[in-house]
Amino acid sequence: MEWLQQLVNGISLGSIYALIALGYTMVYGIIKLINFAHGDVFMLGAFIGFYAIARWDLGFIPALIISMLLCAIIGVIIERVAYKRLRNATRIAALITAIGVSLLIEYTVIFFRGASPEAYPEVLANKSISILGASISTQSIMILAVTIVLMILLQFIVHKTKIGKAMRAVSHDADAARLMGINVDNTISATFAIGSALAGAAGVIFGIYYTRIDPLMGVLPGLKAFVAAVLGGIGSIPGAMVGGLVLGVVETIVSAIGYSLWRDAAAFVILILILILKPSGIFGKNAREKV
Amino acid sequence: MTEKKTLKRFASVFLASSLIVGALAGCSSSEEEKTSSSGGSSSSDGDSSEVIKIGANLELSGSVASYGSSIGKGAELAVEEINAAGGIDGKQIELVKVDNKSENSEATNAAIKLATQDKVTAMIAPATSGNVIATAQIANQYKIPTVTASGTAPNVTENEDGSINDYVFRTCFIDPFQGIVAANFATELGAKNVAIYADNSSDYAKGLAASFKQQIEANGGKVVAEEAYVAKDVDFKSTLTNLKSKNPEFIFIPGYYEEVGLIVKQARELGIDVPLMGADGWDSPTLVELAGKDALNNTFITNHYSSQDPDKTIQGFVEAFQGKFNEAPNAFHALGYDTVYFIADAIKRAGSTDGEAIQKALAETTDLSLITGTFSVDEKHNPVKSATVLEYVDGNQKFNSKVNP
Amino acid sequence: MKKSKAFWGFLVLALVIYAVVQGMISGGMLDLYYQNILIQMCINIMLAVSLHIVIGITGQFSIGHAGFMAVGAYISAIATMKLGLPLIVAIILGAVISALAGLLVGIPTLRLKGDYLAIATLGFAEIIRIMFLNVEYVGGAAGMVVTNLTTWTYAFVGVVITILVIANFTNSRHGRGCISIREDEIAADAMGINTTYYKVVAFTIGSFFAGVAGAIYAHNFFIIQPTTFNFLKSFDILIYVVLGGLGSLSGSVIAAIFLTLVSAYLANFPETRMIIYSVVLIIVMLYRPTGLMGTKEITSLFKFGKKGGSKV
Repeated sequence: MEWLQQLVNGISLGSIYALIALGYTMVYGIIKLINFAHGDVFMLGAFIGFYAIARWDLGFIPALIISMLLCAIIGVIIERVAYKRLRNATRIAALITAIGVSLLIEYTVIFFRGASPEAYPEVLANKSISILGASISTQSIMILAVTIVLMILLQFIVHKTKIGKAMRAVSHDADAARLMGINVDNTISATFAIGSALAGAAGVIFGIYYTRIDPLMGVLPGLKAFVAAVLGGIGSIPGAMVGGLVLGVVETIVSAIGYSLWRDAAAFVILILILILKPSGIFGKNAREKV
Repeated sequence: MTEKKTLKRFASVFLASSLIVGALAGCSSSEEEKTSSSGGSSSSDGDSSEVIKIGANLELSGSVASYGSSIGKGAELAVEEINAAGGIDGKQIELVKVDNKSENSEATNAAIKLATQDKVTAMIAPATSGNVIATAQIANQYKIPTVTASGTAPNVTENEDGSINDYVFRTCFIDPFQGIVAANFATELGAKNVAIYADNSSDYAKGLAASFKQQIEANGGKVVAEEAYVAKDVDFKSTLTNLKSKNPEFIFIPGYYEEVGLIVKQARELGIDVPLMGADGWDSPTLVELAGKDALNNTFITNHYSSQDPDKTIQGFVEAFQGKFNEAPNAFHALGYDTVYFIADAIKRAGSTDGEAIQKALAETTDLSLITGTFSVDEKHNPVKSATVLEYVDGNQKFNSKVNP
Repeated sequence: MKKSKAFWGFLVLALVIYAVVQGMISGGMLDLYYQNILIQMCINIMLAVSLHIVIGITGQFSIGHAGFMAVGAYISAIATMKLGLPLIVAIILGAVISALAGLLVGIPTLRLKGDYLAIATLGFAEIIRIMFLNVEYVGGAAGMVVTNLTTWTYAFVGVVITILVIANFTNSRHGRGCISIREDEIAADAMGINTTYYKVVAFTIGSFFAGVAGAIYAHNFFIIQPTTFNFLKSFDILIYVVLGGLGSLSGSVIAAIFLTLVSAYLANFPETRMIIYSVVLIIVMLYRPTGLMGTKEITSLFKFGKKGGSKV
């Protein structure tokens, strides 16, 4: 039952990618910005959760909520300070600013606490359950459960609430939305808040599942999540989920057949193949360009 | 009109950025002065008779920042202690730190800067072998004795053509030695079918894996699986699941504690309960936190020393380190600390700050007793010191055996 | 007439700069520290200008430039270290193979647009890097030790050729085609311009000079390792181009010089170096979103004049 085991491994990894990818995809959907600082918000979320659990002795759920709240605030601050001015500038200028913000967050954290890694305390009892010969840890079940709950919540917010409607309207056409009386600035901030809160949640879950956190931990998952978002069709919420899971499972399969060193390359090869065959990703809309 | 406006804006940008630059620089330099660890390049070169400048070309940012900054901390503590005890022949040491961003080009730049601008007496070379190689020729050219705390690859001191980099030394083991010790240990445990799971992005781990494999095969063992991972990976379960199916009796995992902690944890979760073994890269209190005490049982490492050795000097170092930095020392901290003492000892014996004299003194070092062991320097500029095999028992390192080179 | 005037003006200027710097080096006024900064500056200018032709001129958003730099670096290192060829042959070989790699990557990916192209180029660059990581012939992760052969002359001649070729390309029929793609790809297509062809040509030329820069880089820093050429390196190059002003060749050059100097100066503040660097980056982008040199409405004559003013 080795394959079942590998599938479980892949899905656990994929759900974390998916959670980070959601934030990327939402921000991209609304202001067409590749927010490279998103991976670092994920890192901050992991550290906030760590301090909440290790220093203030909070449990998993309170730590998760604190981390999500603080990350939401941080996300809004980043948007207001760094990106708002650039909303009408070229997208590439905003991208460079995002890279700058990313470096700033990373090295400010290193300045204050050093670059050494930190080990997450064990807050959830970790037992292995044996199902059909595969040992599945309660933690992987927890990851999957939290991810699914958050995604349902997100779908609910985006499709059933007023702010969600505003988000969809702004992402469709910001100018028309403004004319219809939607406060575009607030809607964009709300998008950053939700996206960053998800990254914060992903940070805490990552910390609990993989134990090790460090100030540069956001760089690689951030890039992978971006790949996942593009894979699924950037701007699409179900796309981010599917993209994350596909990426996680593909990486696991490549490692499982003994090519762990080619794992990242394989992820990119698949990405490029999908882009060439279906340039807008799995779930992306094929927008006709207007002349 | 618009041009004027843009000019004005431009000026304000520069003003704002220079203010921030100044503020940040100010706050960093004031801190540096407090610890007397770095003076930047502001001090003039004329007073070199009163202070001895030791350059530290370290990875303070970038992918391996945790190694470089650990060495830096160890070095800082050593410099502080030496200075408090009156310095070297009455001269205070000044540590000039330069960041090389974990990039070999920046390591070269930093070495050139230390050699030409700061005019240092000796240098602490970067943490990783590749970056040390990037500085070696500069050290030779400017005759600045350079010691690396953790550059373990044999070609750091010995070039491909067999020539020796005259001015490059090291405080750590070279790769082959620890691999051989580990392989002999595995054979002692009675393991025939072994597996290797190495960090392929690190020449250190690859070097260890290669020598381990060679020795275990010479001992009549068999390598049933050879897998690899890349630094910064977090999910090892798929490869470990794969390894498990090959049923090895012993797994050698050369690498650093950051990944190894997770590997050990995930391996035990998947039900791999055979002995696991690593080398000095494992040595860090963080390893115990990452892997968990129970998971670490039945694991072994080769190391220079044990931080839990009751020996007075070792405990003195551990306490001083904890007092200064509020964390327990790992192998990088200890090696960085020893590197400064190694250099200081040579400067003292040379009786001058002349590069050639110090180089000679470093090469002639015999039976120097430091935290990470007592060693002499061989003709290839490597320290000859014994390795200690330690076993983890409930999160504590327990002495198992000592192996002489 | 005007074009050739600019051409000769630039060449004279380049000769003057070379003579002055060479004189200072021979006179012992510039020690190894400054020579090294100059060489690095030249490498960064080559990288910036070679990406400028892809992003600034053709408007194709590529963030995988470090991959082509890696090809140039490794191929030239193999040529000198394993095959014993002279440096100049190695540089050309590295650049040609790098251009071929650009061609191979460009043909399938340049059909993509905008951010999809960006992520695809980034993916290719990472694949190239992972290939070098897994090839034991070039040392794998440990890297490849390379003899230091680069001199200031090689680096400077490289820069002059890069700028000349790319400036002339921009002003040629091909260059106009590329600019039309940047301005409006659909309109260019409708005008009968073979957009794919021009994009691939620009991409290949960009890769060629990235390869030259990589080759000179490899022979200046004693060792090359795959980690050097990761996506963060690509971002660095992208930053030069955007900070200088998209579409402005002189802007790329100035930004490369400016950031090399900032980086070298900040080495004095090891603990806060990256914080200051990122703050400078954010502030410049916030207050000058179009980059230091701003728009592309700089005539070629003014461009060369401007460049000279900032060079020394």
